[in-house]
Amino acid sequence: MTDAISVAGLVKTFGSTRALDGLDLAVRTGEVHGFLGPNGAGKSTTIRVLLGLMRADAGTALLLGGDPWADATALHRRLAYVPGDVTLWPNLSGGEVIDLLGRLRGGLDKRRRADLLERFDLDPRKKGRAYSKGNRQKVALVAAFASDVELLILDEPTSGLDPLMEEVFRETIRDEVRRGDRTVLLSSHILAEVEALCDRLTIIRDGRAVETGTLSDLRHLTRTSIRAELEGPPYGLDELPGVHDLRVDGDRIRFDVDPSALGAALGRLSSAGVRSLVSQPPTLEELFLRHYDRAAGNGRHAEAAR
Amino acid sequence: MNAPTGTARLIRLALRRDRRLLPLWILFPCLVPPVFIAAFNGAYPTARARQEYMETSLHNTAFTVTYGPLHGSTLGELVTWRSGFIPVIVALVALLTVIRHTRTEEEAGRRELIGSTAVSRHAAMAAALLMTCAACLVLGAVSALVLIGQGLPAAGSLAYGSGLAAAGWVFAAIGAVAAQLTSGAGSARGIAIVVLGTAFLLRGIGDVSALSGGRLGWLSWTSPIGWAHQLRPFAGERWWIIALAACATAALTAAAVALSARRDLGNGLFAARVGPAVAPPGLRSPLGLAWRLHRGSLISRTAGLAVVGLGLGGIAQSIGELMNNSSPAAREVLARVGGPGTVVDQYFVGMMTMFAVIAAGFAIQAALRLRAEESEGRAEPLLAAPVDRLRWAGSHLVFALLGPTLGLAAFGATTGLAHGLNTGGLGRDLPRVLAAALVQLPAVWLFAGLAFALFGLLPRLAAGAFAVLLASLLLGWLGGELQLSRWVLDLSVFNHIPQLPGGELTVLPLAVLTVTAAALILLGLYGLRRRDMSAG
Repeated sequence: MTDAISVAGLVKTFGSTRALDGLDLAVRTGEVHGFLGPNGAGKSTTIRVLLGLMRADAGTALLLGGDPWADATALHRRLAYVPGDVTLWPNLSGGEVIDLLGRLRGGLDKRRRADLLERFDLDPRKKGRAYSKGNRQKVALVAAFASDVELLILDEPTSGLDPLMEEVFRETIRDEVRRGDRTVLLSSHILAEVEALCDRLTIIRDGRAVETGTLSDLRHLTRTSIRAELEGPPYGLDELPGVHDLRVDGDRIRFDVDPSALGAALGRLSSAGVRSLVSQPPTLEELFLRHYDRAAGNGRHAEAAR
Repeated sequence: MNAPTGTARLIRLALRRDRRLLPLWILFPCLVPPVFIAAFNGAYPTARARQEYMETSLHNTAFTVTYGPLHGSTLGELVTWRSGFIPVIVALVALLTVIRHTRTEEEAGRRELIGSTAVSRHAAMAAALLMTCAACLVLGAVSALVLIGQGLPAAGSLAYGSGLAAAGWVFAAIGAVAAQLTSGAGSARGIAIVVLGTAFLLRGIGDVSALSGGRLGWLSWTSPIGWAHQLRPFAGERWWIIALAACATAALTAAAVALSARRDLGNGLFAARVGPAVAPPGLRSPLGLAWRLHRGSLISRTAGLAVVGLGLGGIAQSIGELMNNSSPAAREVLARVGGPGTVVDQYFVGMMTMFAVIAAGFAIQAALRLRAEESEGRAEPLLAAPVDRLRWAGSHLVFALLGPTLGLAAFGATTGLAHGLNTGGLGRDLPRVLAAALVQLPAVWLFAGLAFALFGLLPRLAAGAFAVLLASLLLGWLGGELQLSRWVLDLSVFNHIPQLPGGELTVLPLAVLTVTAAALILLGLYGLRRRDMSAG
């Protein structure tokens, strides 16, 4: 299997800030690749380098087998891009923008355009300045999905969508993947979205890839947080492998648990008697904090001091 | 009168945001009159010399259109007359400032953030108006103090300063009204500037008509710009005109408040219309998009210039008749420089130079559209499509060159047409005047090229092209009076344009300017090819 995107040792600096600091990224053809990171981690900068809008200071980037800077125009025929912050021309209607972008990419499928407009519940007659953030994003999404391209580059495409539309977005991505050899690079900071859609993912922080692999490779990132109120003390929970950060406060208890130990941990809880139970997947922020406390905390401080 | 809740805080915010701009635009107009005082004291030290200067200047109608009526030959009268374009500048800055702090904020969505706090719905407009009017008042006061400090009579100095403040006030209020009309700041600016242009034109036509004994002298009174001149600093001040301006400001402000109370946040009085669901066939390329983005301003500016040309061309002939009501001394001077024909030609030369500057401003603005598209993030989706960035830039550049070209051509054609119909010599006058307009084009293109080169090489400084235009304008305006050496005057691009009609048509400077413009464009393309595109 070839790589649709392969990036190695990418460096990009803006003045004294190092936005990309030796980034590696490999996206295989036909996969949905999650590109995760907190705000300011360098996701959009990476995408701008891949789109030939910016030139990297060092490192190599290969997009659909070509040089993203030198072959930009030819490569762009084969991809569609949805920016994170969509701005539209105030005096053009949404439908006009969709058609313009589609025609620039070499034509768009009219039936698919109509179908997508209906799915996303978008009125194409409104002028650019009349759309809300979510609706501007829908304009860019419809334009991208209605084009027949090999690669979709989506930069936080759901940040303005409501939960209903987020579900429509997920369905549409699944349809795209079912159609065959479409590759999707999905930048996001919403873990649930990435979990639902992506085959593999790369996590970046401070311009560097800190984790990359399939979801099961990164299983250690998907611990469940448990909070419970118990009738008696939970004997033996602290000895159970896979239970982390256990805190007991009277009859209240909090801990994180690996999926493999979830059943055993719940068994210990119910034998102690459960009055209330809340379980939730950890937020991305928590995951990052934990990840960095363990792996990169020192290195990061050293870098900041530099 | 109680100001709406939150006004004081918003004024502080506005002052913080304008902390660099505000002192500049307050100080700049105050510094111009002293330059003229020095110039007149140097070049025309005696009363007799000033009288002669006045006699000849009276018959340059381009001067009357630009600077207003001249009533006498005292130093105060000459200096305030020569500074007569300043009310227009103050009015322009005042209306832009008010729109910047009202409609621009609202369009960008920042007003919403402010509006959700404990701030009255009229507070933004009140803050913008109060700040701008106070700034105009400071500007007027400092201007008056500067003139008094230079030894001019206090009453005339105060009248001059009041005239500036009054022009600023009325147009600040006009800006506030325009900001209520449309949902886009760009169109609000357009409306307010059209009003300013109309006021300037009415004053010009009225003043020329009054000077030549025509019947249109009353037109000057319909123009708030005219009021600054009707105050007659140093020539029998008419103080009641300040009250007239204050009443007009109050009435316009009341209109703006009434309009603002009737509309929703984000909307204008003119409701935003629904657009087509499907793009027209022409919207399929960067050029098609650029046409959509530029066509509104291109058509309205061309039409505006054509109308202005009809007006300015229509009054040209009456200028020749001025000869009949002038003093024997002046008639002698005019005869020496070439008779009534020359007076009319002189007028055309002045008008063509002035509108070349305006067209150059349009050219810069159209070229800077590229920078706005880039920094506001609209270029990104285009450049992520198979659109070469040079092709994208070229599509806007076409309109930066073509728009002002069409505008000046239309201006020259209608000016020549109106004049030709008056004189009965259409076959002779139309081509002469049109040529005088077209000969300005290389200078206009040069400014388009300059803005484009900056956009390609130093995008953050792209707006600096306006500064160069302003410097060129000032050199032309002050240079002659200051008797600067020739090489300094030659720094102004417009100084190299042949003085048509009447003057000699020299091809070399035109060729040099055109080649320089082309070189600047190539430089811009070269820079654009190599640099990062940045949003935000």
